[in-house]
Amino acid sequence: MTATATTPQRGDGSRTGATTARPPASRRRGTAVAGRIALHVLLTVLGLAVMVPFLWMVTSSLKLDSQVFTVPIRWIPEEFHWDNYTRIWDRIPLTTYLKNSLYLSVVITALQVLTGSFAAYGFAKVRFPGRDALFIAYVATIAVPWQAYMVPQYIIMEKAGLVNTHLSLILLQAFGAFGVFLMRQYYLTIPDELCEAARVDGLSEYGIWARVVLPLSKPALASLALLTFVNTWNDYMGPFIYLTSNDLWTVQIGLRSFVGVYDAEYAMIMTGSVLSVLPILTVFLLGQRYFVQGVATTGLK
Amino acid sequence: MVSTTASASTPRTRSRLRRRNTLAGWSFILPNFIGFAALTLVPVVATMALAFMKWNSYSTPEWVGLDNFRRMVDNANFWTALYNTTYYAVGHVPLTLVAALGFAVLLNRKLRGVRFFRTALFFPYITSLVAVAVVWNMLFSPDAGPVNQFLRAVGVDSPPGWTTSTTWAMPALIITSVWRDMGYYMVLYLAGLQTIPGELYEAAKMDGASPWQRFRHITLPSLRPTTFFVLIMLTISSFKVFDLVQVMTEGGPGRSTLVLSQLIFREGIEQGRFGYSSAIAMVLFVVVLLVTVVQFRLQQRKER
Repeated sequence: MTATATTPQRGDGSRTGATTARPPASRRRGTAVAGRIALHVLLTVLGLAVMVPFLWMVTSSLKLDSQVFTVPIRWIPEEFHWDNYTRIWDRIPLTTYLKNSLYLSVVITALQVLTGSFAAYGFAKVRFPGRDALFIAYVATIAVPWQAYMVPQYIIMEKAGLVNTHLSLILLQAFGAFGVFLMRQYYLTIPDELCEAARVDGLSEYGIWARVVLPLSKPALASLALLTFVNTWNDYMGPFIYLTSNDLWTVQIGLRSFVGVYDAEYAMIMTGSVLSVLPILTVFLLGQRYFVQGVATTGLK
Repeated sequence: MVSTTASASTPRTRSRLRRRNTLAGWSFILPNFIGFAALTLVPVVATMALAFMKWNSYSTPEWVGLDNFRRMVDNANFWTALYNTTYYAVGHVPLTLVAALGFAVLLNRKLRGVRFFRTALFFPYITSLVAVAVVWNMLFSPDAGPVNQFLRAVGVDSPPGWTTSTTWAMPALIITSVWRDMGYYMVLYLAGLQTIPGELYEAAKMDGASPWQRFRHITLPSLRPTTFFVLIMLTISSFKVFDLVQVMTEGGPGRSTLVLSQLIFREGIEQGRFGYSSAIAMVLFVVVLLVTVVQFRLQQRKER
């Protein structure tokens, strides 16, 4: 840490660089250290403030219902009720909910990544008339809020007899324009010469996609897969609109209905919340790099 | 690309190549396009047509011109929803932007633990909305909720009733959504900050510019493209707000947090008024479009 303190950093707006030789150097270093400590304190306070909802969620999940709302707040439970985490499985069909969430997330992610990366190749690496107009149609719909066309979607699903099936959600979410967009942006960074060389070697377009472009786009594939998985896992509106039978429900809708019915079982509600967030936390920590890359790519290119 | 290869010299081979490319291109796009066309493109176009039709669960569609819009303008629910949605946007957009920018500037340095803070700040954005809404609903609990206990501790005698009060439910939603979204926009700002050359700051320091001056005259102008993008994204997402409200307050108490998306859902899917709900959907669409166009124009004027 001491080594970095003396080297100026790119894009650093506020720290005083100790390398700019201006006397008296020792005093400047003194204020720099003081500023560093102040910054650490500020960051810690702010960081904790942002984390408070999570901390409260976890501690409350280990309390009795009667101990959740106390004056003053007890941040550490008097006694830890780990049994909340075993009892909840009997209170709500959590296994079913988790299974449904996992099924939908995996199927939708697989389809989105597959069709998205496939279509993106057509948009980025094959040149044909009408391609750009078609791509504009894709991008334009990203700008239209889906809430504006959810009613026609619902009518289509109702006519097809697919309301209250998992298939309705899979069809609605697996062919999104977002995946095509993200993958295309990435494919544009892959040099055309590579594809050209593969063509000369006699590889078909599908061969180039599978053997050249796909292996090169692992980071983008990971970003798209993670973002889609998390979005599907967290989706509330889709299951809320389309799924009415309890045995089709996902974790989100199951948790929400539990809150609606047993609104005074505070501790159990928090236990359910923790359990619904845990899979996402695991996925996020494993693939954090790809999340941030995905956000930055779709955001700024 | 294929059309530029040396073999494509004669017109005949070129046209054959073009046909082959078209075929190959479409075969790549088709699997996604079928789903996309049927369930996104068609519904988008249908909304625009349905807005001018009278159609509900029991009747057949009938062209009625502007009837749906006339009915909408006379309906108090519509104006309440439009007002509430705007209120939400006016609170959510600037607060999230300032928080995201502030955290990005604070965290754009090599410090011990900076990675942890970035992760912690980003995590709310990918936490399930139901969990977020449930926790914040309890945090905002009027009597013994942590938020009001804190407010009493710092000397607020009668803290607000938050989600139980018609005046404070919307601020409660805004606070929750700022907390949830700021980490996402912070990541966008951090990416923007990486592109500012460090020499600019060095030169400014030589000239004796204060940290605030450096922020005001280097950081902010350099971040203008990012800010432009963040503003558009934030505004669009504010006008679309749906799940947060649905889970946290269900539009209540009363109609105090009823938003446009919810009204479309209630009229269109719950009540089966397909035509009328599409008219409201058109308003949502046009508002989002207008905001985007206006911001584009402003951005262009600034660049000139």
